[in-house]
Amino acid sequence: MIKNISNLGDAAVYCDFGKEVNKSVNSEVIKYFKALKKENFESINNLTPSYNKLIVSYDLRKTNFKEVKKLIENLNVNENQDKNNTKIEIPVCCDDQFSLDIKRLEEKLKINRDKIIKNFFSKEYFCYMTGFIAGMPFLGDLDENMRVPRLETPRVKVPKGSVALTEQFANIYTFESPGGWNILGNTPLDVFDNSNEVEPNLINPGDTVVFKQINIEEYNSYNDK
Amino acid sequence: MTNNFEIIRAGVNTTFQDQGRSNLYHIGIPFSGAMDNRNYCLANKLTGNKLNSPVIEFAYQGPHLKYTGEKINIAVTGDVVFKIIKSGTEIDGNCYESYQIESGDQINLISTNKSVYGYLAIGGGLDLKFQWNSCSINTKANIGSNDGKKLENGQKINILNINSDQSKRKTNYINSKVENIRVIKGPNFNYFSEEGKKIFFEKKFTVSKLSDRMGMRLEGSKIENIVNTNIKSEGLIKGVIQVPADGNPIIMLSDHGTVGGYPKIGVVASVDYDRLVQISPGSKVKFKEINLSDAETLFKLYEMETQNLLLQI
Repeated sequence: MIKNISNLGDAAVYCDFGKEVNKSVNSEVIKYFKALKKENFESINNLTPSYNKLIVSYDLRKTNFKEVKKLIENLNVNENQDKNNTKIEIPVCCDDQFSLDIKRLEEKLKINRDKIIKNFFSKEYFCYMTGFIAGMPFLGDLDENMRVPRLETPRVKVPKGSVALTEQFANIYTFESPGGWNILGNTPLDVFDNSNEVEPNLINPGDTVVFKQINIEEYNSYNDK
Repeated sequence: MTNNFEIIRAGVNTTFQDQGRSNLYHIGIPFSGAMDNRNYCLANKLTGNKLNSPVIEFAYQGPHLKYTGEKINIAVTGDVVFKIIKSGTEIDGNCYESYQIESGDQINLISTNKSVYGYLAIGGGLDLKFQWNSCSINTKANIGSNDGKKLENGQKINILNINSDQSKRKTNYINSKVENIRVIKGPNFNYFSEEGKKIFFEKKFTVSKLSDRMGMRLEGSKIENIVNTNIKSEGLIKGVIQVPADGNPIIMLSDHGTVGGYPKIGVVASVDYDRLVQISPGSKVKFKEINLSDAETLFKLYEMETQNLLLQI
């Protein structure tokens, strides 16, 4: 449930679902997001779901805070419960040339490489949100013993396809970008395709993701198929 | 041969822009679009284009272009110093006035005067790739026309069709320079100390050189955070003012990252966005608090003023 609705400036509504970050709170956010998306209100020009907030941006030429707040309050979210979230398999190679921060992870987590990798690949992840850069999925939750902070000094360039960890989340760098997450491996799969205007994101909020470990030969031949 | 402009000098940050793309924040793609919407619309109106047509946006130094083809109208808006070169003769160009140019003529957009963005509209249709209904170039994600990259020297801009009505259009408009930017308090306003809040609304900040289409970085007295310098990442909109741990505010602009994890001290009122983006590095900015209903009313008035300006052309 939305705990509080306020204005974010004069052209967006800030829906606060509380302080907790967990799957059940985030599922509520996604429920509202999907319901609003389905309604396709003409005056609303953007929706940004995140862990526990939903920001609804509107065109101030066409509407205002009061009206959009009412639309959200009167929204029928239960009818729109979408159970058809997809499960996506992402191939990841943890060869030395890709797992740039494996030493740091071993040091910080005090567990060895094999165990880190085993733990990482043995779980199912939930996509809380996508963004920061186009298509980047924020996937959770990592086990408690797998959680590390961001790098003290972020990289200027994180290679495209990097699969990285920070706190309770894993993410995938959809293109080369600056970034401060701990890099564990790399996927040869394109997670964001800007030539596909209908479904540019492979992974969307609410989806389930599993990672499948591949070796360097499989990685190199992945896109030849 | 197609009518075209050849880029002799591309300029500093020259891109194609239009009204931008909406409903893509949830996948990580911002609005983009012309930074200064009023000047963007005026440029199109002056050349007889539809208001949402693509234009060339430039920052500081604009492009130098050479035209080949049938007669065509152009117009420049913003606070721009430019010259039109006709058979070796230089003419000083006036902003907010359309010019008919012919094959061989050149347009040299020398600089924006104490402002940041200028616009060149070309009376007709440009041959550009559209992505999500917009040609706007987002250089960070390489989205939009020109493969999502800035324009470069030697490139050609091809014209698909030319407006038949090329009558002279002009208007008198002076860009008002502002120092006071009106701001609505943000959801994390109380993360900051009493002293920090006072600094935010009372002290002047200097616009940093590191400002671009993504964000405007400010420098000044540090704004002290007493709660947490990080929040769980959440959505951003243009105009949001984040204050990271170093205490220097950053204002999100049209190409901003769609989520962020720094506390939001405030949001720039929509009425002041066009003027905000024109404040050049080294200039001072002061924030003034405004409530939501005043911000809504002032934006309506600003929009009416824009519509009146467009009607006068």
